[in-house]
Amino acid sequence: MQQALFALSTIIIGVFGCVAYFYFSNLLLDRMCPAKGPNAGRNINRANAIRPWLFVFPALAILSIYLLYPVFSTAYLSLHDSGGDFIGVGNYTWLAQDEKFRESLVNNLMWLLVVPAASTFFGLVAAGLTDRIKWGQLAQSLVFMPMAISFVGAAVIWKFIYDYRGDNQGEQIGLLNALVQAFGGDPQAWITLPFWNNFFLMAILIWIQTGFAMVILSAALKGISEETIEAAYLDGASPLQVFFKIKIPQIWGTIAVVWTTITVTVLKVFDIVFAMTNGQWGTQVLANLMYDWMFRGSPDFGRGSAIVVVIMLLVTPVMVWNIYNAHKESR
Amino acid sequence: MAHLTLSGLTRSFGSEVILNDIDLDIQTGELIVFVGPSGCGKSTLLRMIAGLEKITDGTLEIDGQVMNDIPPSQRGIAMVFQSYALYPHMTVRDNMAFALNIAKKPKAEIDAAVDRAAKALQLEPYLDRLPNALSGGQRQRVAIGRAIVRNPKVYLFDEPLSNLDAALRVATRIEIAQLKEAMPESTMIYVTHDQIEAMTLADRIVVLANKGIAQVGSPLELYERPRTEFVAQFIGSPAMNLLPGKITATGPKTEVTLDAGGVAVTEIATTDTDMGRAVNLGIRPEDFVIADGDAIFEGEVEILEALGEVSLLYLPANMSVGEGAVSANQTHLIAKLPGIHDGLKGQSVCLTADPAKLQIFADGITMRR
Ligand SMILES: Nc1ncnc2c1ncn2[C@@H]1O[C@H](COP(=O)(O)OP(=O)(O)O)[C@@H](O)[C@H]1O
Ligand SMILES: [Mg+2]
Repeated sequence: MQQALFALSTIIIGVFGCVAYFYFSNLLLDRMCPAKGPNAGRNINRANAIRPWLFVFPALAILSIYLLYPVFSTAYLSLHDSGGDFIGVGNYTWLAQDEKFRESLVNNLMWLLVVPAASTFFGLVAAGLTDRIKWGQLAQSLVFMPMAISFVGAAVIWKFIYDYRGDNQGEQIGLLNALVQAFGGDPQAWITLPFWNNFFLMAILIWIQTGFAMVILSAALKGISEETIEAAYLDGASPLQVFFKIKIPQIWGTIAVVWTTITVTVLKVFDIVFAMTNGQWGTQVLANLMYDWMFRGSPDFGRGSAIVVVIMLLVTPVMVWNIYNAHKESR
Repeated sequence: MAHLTLSGLTRSFGSEVILNDIDLDIQTGELIVFVGPSGCGKSTLLRMIAGLEKITDGTLEIDGQVMNDIPPSQRGIAMVFQSYALYPHMTVRDNMAFALNIAKKPKAEIDAAVDRAAKALQLEPYLDRLPNALSGGQRQRVAIGRAIVRNPKVYLFDEPLSNLDAALRVATRIEIAQLKEAMPESTMIYVTHDQIEAMTLADRIVVLANKGIAQVGSPLELYERPRTEFVAQFIGSPAMNLLPGKITATGPKTEVTLDAGGVAVTEIATTDTDMGRAVNLGIRPEDFVIADGDAIFEGEVEILEALGEVSLLYLPANMSVGEGAVSANQTHLIAKLPGIHDGLKGQSVCLTADPAKLQIFADGITMRR
């Protein structure tokens, strides 16, 4: 009861506070720059220049607090050690020498090279194959389905696919091992296979992101003028040539947007690694390493924050390019 | 260099028949124009010839070879689309060279062909531009150039001028006419709903209506001897007046007494069995002259449109309207008189016409033989 009252009063104060803010700040502006007297014209211009800022100020302020403040606070933390003492770039020099960090960086790079490329490729193939056929819609919904599953959920599903039972643990229940055995091979503990286990984890994200890529690219393919495609057929192009020489060049911008969007997701990959291996057996990635330092064992906020800053620096240029491309597309 | 034979060509979507049993012979070097109201299947017929649309029934032959199952690129045709359909990511040069590149022709040959076409169409300054940096007229010329470069046996045009503004349309129409003259051996099929394009360009016009061909003939043949009321009202603007009446005298010069009272003597021959038959008398607005003596029609000028070189007179009348003639006026007889007739508004006028130019339609079909 008390909570409900509290919530209600918060809402009322918030709403009326907003209204009061807009009303009184507006009034104040009108008082300060009256639209009459000797300087009426100048005052009106000045008031018009200030008024938009007055109105966006609350939103701007809240955005800054919730988006910008954490950035600076993280950067600030990254310059301090676990005890809170300032140590300059100490955490970064530590990072440069840390074995696990280097492993994470290499793994992230591999993810970066493989996942966006594979997702976009499979998405493009799926979009191209399902374009303009009757049951294409159905096929598309099936490919898109994994998008609805959370990364952790997907990880659990794939854990069963890669599952391995030791010698005295009974029959194999993993799908992959079942396939391997069916072809006469020996079952493996897939997620502990050094190096290759990285790719088994990547497969999960590709499985999820292909649906995303397909949906966006399929919309782009539908936007291509039917007549240019017919003209290409008349010009003697085969379906493959039409796809590669007419369709793909016309959706390059969209491909770039899809690619970079997935790239950003990949740079932040955490859940899958966390749930599947927790960074063991050589599968560590930056986000999970950060989590380890932040919240595990004896937490070191400084080192964790330093890793966050590195991730952010990696994401920012991709993000900028992504937004630039998306803008170009929507023009 | 190609002649086309369409026999029994039919197209249906599901159970709905769009085109039924089209028979047509197109000679080498002919420029054939398909006209007809919107949605009558002109594009569909053209696309069947191109191979972009399946042929439900019947056969299409080009130079005696059945083409029904031959893919579009091997039919020796090139098509110019209404929306130009240029490849937006390729320069003008690459657009025109695309077909030859696909065919893996030697580079020198491709360049020569593109340069020749670009020169003919005055596109040389734009060869390295992308299509979106060109005006509508230039884009259309690139589309035509892309067709020329392939040196096809048959050119297909689907309303190539309808996206251009009026002045450019006239200029491009003349260019197409010159293009045809420069290539007397190529067969061209041209779809339009614009009758001026049809009349000026065509060797023969094919009027499509009611899922089939209403009439085939030279532009003047269609104008002077329309076979049906539909064709009569479709060709010519404003549409031909159709006045209901009865045959009151037969013989080599048939006499029609109009329901409105006037009497017209035509040069169409009928026999005794036609006596008393209900017919429509067809008179083109431009064939009317003001009568001194006997009038075919007498009435008051309700509306007068002065266009300078001609005046359009609207006289209230009970008109017959031919099937599917959307543009025909149902409540007024229209007369088109040369010159300025300011004083006629509100006046009663007597109109008559040259008997040789009158038409009689019984049940929608001409009585001329
Ligand atoms: N894919 C299709 N499915 C069903 N009907 C169609 C299809 N394409 C065209 N039609 C119909 O065929 C008719 C002729 O179309 P079209 O050839 O484009 O006419 P036109 O070019 O003479 O204006 C139209 O009534 C149209 O609705
Ligand atoms: Mg059409």
